[in-house]
Amino acid sequence: MAIDLALRASIAATRFGLGARPGEIAALSTDPLGALKAQIRADGADQPSGDFESSVQRVTDLRALQQDRRQARMDGAPLDPVKEAQKMIRQGAGAEFLGRVALASQTDAAFRERWALFWFNHFTVGQKNLQTAVLAGPFEREAIRPHVFGRFEEMLVASTSHPGMLIYLDQAQSIGPDSQLAGLAKMGLPALKNLGGLNENLAREIMELHTLGVGAGYTQADVTEFARALTGWSIVGLNERRRFGDQDAQPGQFTFRPAAHEPGARHILGNTYPAGGLEQARAVLHDLAANPATAHHIAVKLAKHFIADDPPPTLVAKLERSFNTSGGQLGEVATTLIDAPESWVAQQRKFKTPYEFLISGYRAAAVTPGPEIVPVLTQLGQQPFSAPSPKGWSEDATDWASADGVVKRMRWSEAFAARNVSLTAEPMQIAQNTLGAQLIAATATAIGRAESRAEAFSILLMSPEFQRR
Amino acid sequence: MTQTLSLNRRSALFAAAGLGISVTFLARAAHAASEGGLAQRKLVVFICRGAMDGLSVSPPIGDANYQPLRTEIAIAGFGQPNGALQLDSTFGLHPRLETVHALALKGEARIAPAIATPDRARSHFEAQDVLESGQPATQATSGWLNRAMESLSATRTVHAMSVGPQEPLILRGRMEAASWSPGGIKERDPRLAQILTDLYAGDALLAPALASGLQTEAMAAIATAPDLNAMAAPPAAMQPGAMQQQPAAAAQSNPQQLQAYAAQQQQQAANQARKLGDTLAKFMLEPNGPQIAAVSLDGFDTHANQGAADGQLAIRLRGLDAAIDGLSSGLGPEWNNTVVVVATEFGRTARMNGTKGTDHGTASTALVLGGSLKRGGIIGDWPTLQEAKLFENRDTAPTVDMRGLFKGVLAEQLGVDRRALDTTVFPDSAGVEPVAGIVA
Repeated sequence: MAIDLALRASIAATRFGLGARPGEIAALSTDPLGALKAQIRADGADQPSGDFESSVQRVTDLRALQQDRRQARMDGAPLDPVKEAQKMIRQGAGAEFLGRVALASQTDAAFRERWALFWFNHFTVGQKNLQTAVLAGPFEREAIRPHVFGRFEEMLVASTSHPGMLIYLDQAQSIGPDSQLAGLAKMGLPALKNLGGLNENLAREIMELHTLGVGAGYTQADVTEFARALTGWSIVGLNERRRFGDQDAQPGQFTFRPAAHEPGARHILGNTYPAGGLEQARAVLHDLAANPATAHHIAVKLAKHFIADDPPPTLVAKLERSFNTSGGQLGEVATTLIDAPESWVAQQRKFKTPYEFLISGYRAAAVTPGPEIVPVLTQLGQQPFSAPSPKGWSEDATDWASADGVVKRMRWSEAFAARNVSLTAEPMQIAQNTLGAQLIAATATAIGRAESRAEAFSILLMSPEFQRR
Repeated sequence: MTQTLSLNRRSALFAAAGLGISVTFLARAAHAASEGGLAQRKLVVFICRGAMDGLSVSPPIGDANYQPLRTEIAIAGFGQPNGALQLDSTFGLHPRLETVHALALKGEARIAPAIATPDRARSHFEAQDVLESGQPATQATSGWLNRAMESLSATRTVHAMSVGPQEPLILRGRMEAASWSPGGIKERDPRLAQILTDLYAGDALLAPALASGLQTEAMAAIATAPDLNAMAAPPAAMQPGAMQQQPAAAAQSNPQQLQAYAAQQQQQAANQARKLGDTLAKFMLEPNGPQIAAVSLDGFDTHANQGAADGQLAIRLRGLDAAIDGLSSGLGPEWNNTVVVVATEFGRTARMNGTKGTDHGTASTALVLGGSLKRGGIIGDWPTLQEAKLFENRDTAPTVDMRGLFKGVLAEQLGVDRRALDTTVFPDSAGVEPVAGIVA
């Protein structure tokens, strides 16, 4: 074997996982590849434990809140109860994030969780207002986690039809210019005087970010046509039952609104999609998922996330082939990633994002994060559920290894070490448990020379090999 | 009653006599003082982590081998500029230990210049475990201060407090101890930035990021320190027509300002240490406040560029001195009921090493301070620094077992009985005699 089992075990825990917990590298060392593959399962990623509301409940709460606010304004009543409700909803989202970091810091199936985090970042829903703030979590739980080892197309459809994504990328209000509703609005129907028009945001990001990738050869005309096909993909409003008499509709649920859908056939990337309501965009999604450009785009992103900012083309080719031949079976793609020798080179080429760094620190200390992790993440540039754009968080080392970022990591490390390092543990043992064969001699020497356990643990957390994976 | 309790016996009697207070009351007050005597007694242990250099804390100026062994990092002789503060014909104190020296001149501070725990591994963690647990490192699960409290629990309630974000081993155990941490200060590891700078050497990504980040951090501190800006603003910026320079940019172009910044940082650190001692004193003066406290000070591991009268060790000693100053003055009259012990896990090599520092050694200096110490010379014998007398031809040889000092202080200051000292507080230590004659 090119590299020994001990090194493979530590790579499995750090590059594929979320950083080693005590005993994890030892447990992986019998069969590192097998242990990773055993984490792939048809029913997807783990769910954070906790009684978290569904997106339907959250939207219902939000709509009720908006109604209360309107009412309160009209009554001139004090707005405090509304603020309280707002706070309550936000706190729900905060608890959900803590559930997520608890899962990440405790799980034995850390590759499965990292795989899920990759896909949530791929299909980013970030908080840009109260609605998206409370829907990002449910989006991840409902649209991403169940599908991470299934067919890519299923996750694409789940994402595109989820209220979180429909609101985040403004699809819920997109109206076909020649739709029934637009026609009624033109006739001057007062109820429709604020009716919007076509919104291309989701259609563009699906092509650019979720599937084909930028530069894959699609044109503005393709985006517009896709946006037209997507019209009608929306969510049920709070007063839907009264308005449409649909007894089964629940506010916040996905719904297709025929009246908002642009009639007629669509022409996208050389294919013609006959008129067909909901199924029209569904067919476009099917073709986008099967497009070879999508396989390439996903392969590059996976290799960049797991292996290197500048990934080896041979690895990308393997992942791409696996995606294509399996029909986008993500469990297969994950297996290919694990089997590829390129994934196991000794050199660490990824710099941890703040989330990865903090989670791996908590895992090394065998401590579960509390609310204190939120302001730290924010300071380090990765506020929970707040990716700066639909593109998600950056994968590039240069974005995270900034002067400010490194010093802030150092300051966090010394505070974290002072509070959390075990008073009886042997620092060198912690270093071995955490980095295994990846521990380099210079770091071991510095840890050996440390004058306190806290200092030794800070050095470990800030060592070049712990900052990377 | 509370009033009386806050005075020691002598001053209570004196005050009573001077005010002509009735005999009954005087008797009662005296009785209260003697009964409350032990209950009032206080003990503070400073743990100086990293192996504090005894030969710099209490330089043996009169030992002919001291200067040749230490050369560049030797403390200058008595009466010289920045020289040692004289204690006797042989020993002085480091020039930054001014408070300790002033106390010593009053008979309120003594040194034990060749003291060590039984541990000889020269490992910080192991030696700290032994120092704090009073047991072999493998059995170090509770601290001797905590077990001392436990032995007293049958006769009286003793409260304890640790200072720092984490409860040190010395106070861990079955008895409850409070803890307090001055916000933020204790979490800073003064050595970490340098350690990481060394560790990142050759790392193209991390080395420049850390260097630049640290510089910015220092600049930001300068920019937010108004006094310093006023003091060190370059004159050019004041000339008419000259563009107003930003403080950070000004500092970048002016090494003097960085020096001033460093000096200000050190002053600030000393102020914080004094405040720490003073705050601890206030806690101890509260009704039901702690009679026992443990304070951890870090940063004594001086392998390179240790310095002499100034430099990194001097900065740490200045902090220690300031903390003792804050504590002793903060305690006021209660200083007379207090004993402070300053100890470290081991000493440092007698010879300066190749990087103008010292490496892990064996015996070091412990300080004992308090308002009611028995006058006396050094605690234990001085083995001298003759080459033949050095432990393993490198370190100050130990002449006193650290446990003996701790046992003596616990017996005389807190009234812990010998049996408990020999068996539960310091297990299997019957052969280690308590140092006698510490408290008057």
